[in-house]
Amino acid sequence: MTVRVGIVLFPGSNRDIDAVNGLTVAGAEPVILWHEDADLAGVAGILLPGGFAYGDYLRAGVIARFSPVMRAVADFAGRGGPVLGICNGFQVLAEAHLVPGALLRNRGLRFVCKQVSLLPEHLDTPFTRELDSRRPLRMPVAHGEGCYYADEDTLDALERDGGVLWRYANPDGTVAGPDDPGNPNGSLRGIAGVRNAVGNVAGLMPHPETATEAILGSDDGLGIIRSLVVSAAEWAQTGRISGTRETATAGGAA
Amino acid sequence: MSDISPAFRFAVNVTPKPGILDPQGKAVERSLPHLGISGVTGVRVGRRVELTVSAADEAAARVVVDHLAGELLSNPLMEQYRVESLGEAQAPAAAGVGG
Repeated sequence: MTVRVGIVLFPGSNRDIDAVNGLTVAGAEPVILWHEDADLAGVAGILLPGGFAYGDYLRAGVIARFSPVMRAVADFAGRGGPVLGICNGFQVLAEAHLVPGALLRNRGLRFVCKQVSLLPEHLDTPFTRELDSRRPLRMPVAHGEGCYYADEDTLDALERDGGVLWRYANPDGTVAGPDDPGNPNGSLRGIAGVRNAVGNVAGLMPHPETATEAILGSDDGLGIIRSLVVSAAEWAQTGRISGTRETATAGGAA
Repeated sequence: MSDISPAFRFAVNVTPKPGILDPQGKAVERSLPHLGISGVTGVRVGRRVELTVSAADEAAARVVVDHLAGELLSNPLMEQYRVESLGEAQAPAAAGVGG
């Protein structure tokens, strides 16, 4: 049976159809979930798409955090289900404290829309398991507030626990520090995406869902979307996902 | 019970925490020489939110403001806030006018 993965639609989401396409290419059945509806329609995985939820008023992602669907998403995450936030979806997860850190305004103050190079850090996580190597992945970014920030202790702990899943790469393949050419927004330590402590919730600023077919310019993102789909299928069957850990602080603490 | 419950007006000033990069503040600072102004440093750009709270007294109103300032108006990871009391408001319905 095809695994059903939900795409949360907020007022202002605009990458939902890209997510539908990416999930379809990855072999899943996409299910649109409305922001005012706390019913997740029995999906086995959740994708929070890009856009400008609630106009990004106040701070990107913060109003969305208090929508009925996000209470259901937090509950789903607490039960160990896989959740991936892309771009605005990552901002929503960060504001909801479902992943650590915050996304600040881009260091260069500009909205950045371009192809970047992304280094996967680990290949044994629910969101990278279908990648075949740690080679750099090409995919687009399109955001104004994508500068990843956390205090030094949090960054150290993230790195120690394998919580950094993706970093921006320079053209020569090295990690792109805040001021390097490969870093589009000034993210600390080149961090493009992180996961929570349990490992079942992750977010990243670049757009793997729009890089799932060669005709779109790159299919390097397909492995990430396929990883989400495979993890959703595993969770539906077994109630847990390999590559996650059971911790006392499951779900809430990121 | 009286029909008119007391209401209190507050301002919440949200600013980037010390040490957090503030590119907006930097941009403002860098533009000052074009105005012929020198000697200005440490520009930090934040946000001010004014609101009216109906509550039994000001202390109770302030509890509400602190809660929403910490949960919604600011992100404690990167921002700090300061609550400023603007005094008793006329009435909740009219409070927005001219605010």
